[in-house]
Amino acid sequence: MKLLKNLLKSPMFVIGAGLFFGTILVALLAPLFYSVTLDRVGEQYAAPGMGHWLGTDNLGRDYISLLIMGLRSSLYVGFLAGIIATAVGTLLGIYGGFKGGWIDDLLNMLTNLFIVIPSFVVLILISASFKDGRSLTLIGLIIGATTWTWSARAVRAQSSALKSRDHIWLARINGDGTLAILVKHILPYLLSYVFMVFILQIASGILSEAAISMIGLGPLDTQSLGVILNDAKSNGALGDGVWWAFIPSTVLITMIVFALYLINTSMEGVFNPRLRK
Amino acid sequence: MLRQHPTARFILQRAGWYLLTFLVAVTINFFLPRLGTSNPVDIILAKSTGGLSAQAAREKEESYLKEFGLVKLDGHGNIRRDTTIRMVKVWDASKQASVSKPDTLIKPIKASSLDQFFTYVKMSLSGDLGTSFQKYPKKVLDVIVQAVPWTIALQLPTIVFGWIVGNVLGALAAYRRGMFDRVFFPVALLISSIPFFVFGMLLVYYFAVVLGWFPAMGGYADEIIPSFSFEFFGSVAYHYVLPFFSIFLILAGGQAIGMRSMGIYELGTDYIKYAKWLGIKESRVLIYLFRNAMLPQLTGLALSLGTMIGGALITEMIFSYPGLGMAMLSAIQNNDYPMIQGVTLIITTCVLIANFTVDIMIGFLDPRVKAGLQMGGN
Repeated sequence: MKLLKNLLKSPMFVIGAGLFFGTILVALLAPLFYSVTLDRVGEQYAAPGMGHWLGTDNLGRDYISLLIMGLRSSLYVGFLAGIIATAVGTLLGIYGGFKGGWIDDLLNMLTNLFIVIPSFVVLILISASFKDGRSLTLIGLIIGATTWTWSARAVRAQSSALKSRDHIWLARINGDGTLAILVKHILPYLLSYVFMVFILQIASGILSEAAISMIGLGPLDTQSLGVILNDAKSNGALGDGVWWAFIPSTVLITMIVFALYLINTSMEGVFNPRLRK
Repeated sequence: MLRQHPTARFILQRAGWYLLTFLVAVTINFFLPRLGTSNPVDIILAKSTGGLSAQAAREKEESYLKEFGLVKLDGHGNIRRDTTIRMVKVWDASKQASVSKPDTLIKPIKASSLDQFFTYVKMSLSGDLGTSFQKYPKKVLDVIVQAVPWTIALQLPTIVFGWIVGNVLGALAAYRRGMFDRVFFPVALLISSIPFFVFGMLLVYYFAVVLGWFPAMGGYADEIIPSFSFEFFGSVAYHYVLPFFSIFLILAGGQAIGMRSMGIYELGTDYIKYAKWLGIKESRVLIYLFRNAMLPQLTGLALSLGTMIGGALITEMIFSYPGLGMAMLSAIQNNDYPMIQGVTLIITTCVLIANFTVDIMIGFLDPRVKAGLQMGGN
């Protein structure tokens, strides 16, 4: 609670969290106030105006509808990838760091191995092989499965540093098992840290989806902010000066990522008093 | 003797580890594209043998099978065939019953996935990345070798300049703080959170389409044939401006943020306080400070040089820049799996080499790691 109070004193945190939760609210509630449709409602690349405030795309679909759906998809992918990457990374990192010995060595080796193999490359290879069934969920799963290494490395270092603290020894003498110690005595110390990692993983999930969609390997079952950009690029909207085809979604992506970075940076400032001044 | 030497042992150990990582990467590169629902070889066969006579289609199929390592070869590089005579059931109309006859088709022996895998590893290690589907019979490596100079020409100066400018600004922000920092930091944070490709699109739109100052796409004007002429290099430089800035600004922003927080961290350490307390000249203290703050930044530089080959894939696609990114895009659009695999393998290899270099470099530069090494050696 005191932590939250401290965070709320930081203008960076307030702006970041406000932007991020605002975006989530818009994504969730917009369909209640706006009739979202993927039907043809106008001519190709109709300019913004009355009726369609952000114009229409190459198929004559309303851009506001597309953006609402795209925003939902991007947030969904971000959270899916973020949750998987953070959960797997935290689990392996906390356990390996606490246990030490050969289990730690093995997990550490696995982590380091997959840190140096570029995850975007793995993403390209898998996406390219699923030519027909490439869904948004599949992409989210792959992103999560290729980015957990960063969380694992970060959490392992913390867990390893905590394991020789006095209160852990006391818990051991009390006869607590590994699981009990991890959950009761180590995880609480790491929670703020894990949360910061989670925030960054959401941002990287959203960016990865947009990037993989930009190169034409995006989800086939739905719209996303990256798919909108790819459509705009491959239909020549960029060269024809059809700004409403790509500016709104670029602004949205940047805004979400910026908001998440703001949250992360401000939390770093609160948790690490050295940065405060 | 060599093994006894701590530094040599350290280098050997790291080299062994990266070789292992490379083998894992090659394995992933081989098996992942075979996970999915579509079999690339069937697709290319279906596409290329349509409209041919049965005999010609079979010959073409066998040449593909051989080219892509899907059949077993004998010592002379010929396809090994199944010579055991098998009996097949054939319907005999005169007898109104099926009778057994010897099979007249002598089929090539298919290589198992494991055989294919070993062929692939052997080829990759000898630098042969196979043949492109799309640009058959062009070799994947030849296509890559043509594209890589463009990618390096775009990325190397961008990374180096972005790194220098970002670090100088970040160091200034850390040291000055105050107004400069309060304006500079949020701006740098905003710039560095703009994805490369988004920024590239905005630059193209504003400076190429709206203002018409720079060309929107390509590495040089279409009507010029690449040659060592002023005209050609002028055109290249003109086309270079927008892609350069699209990467440069974001990179500088990211570097500045990293350098700023390292600088602030080092400013709060005891050795700086002690040095100030001793009354050492400020310029001298600053040198101490930045020498220590530089180490992670140097690592960052080496690592981004490693991702150089793969880092600008999307930027190149947006600017239709004739580098590796365009080669990759056209490979993806045409299901050219050997090409995709070739590019990903090159990207991974560069990243591994950069990481290896960084590991060795830190071993020599960081006194803490160095001390640990020497103690480990005794």
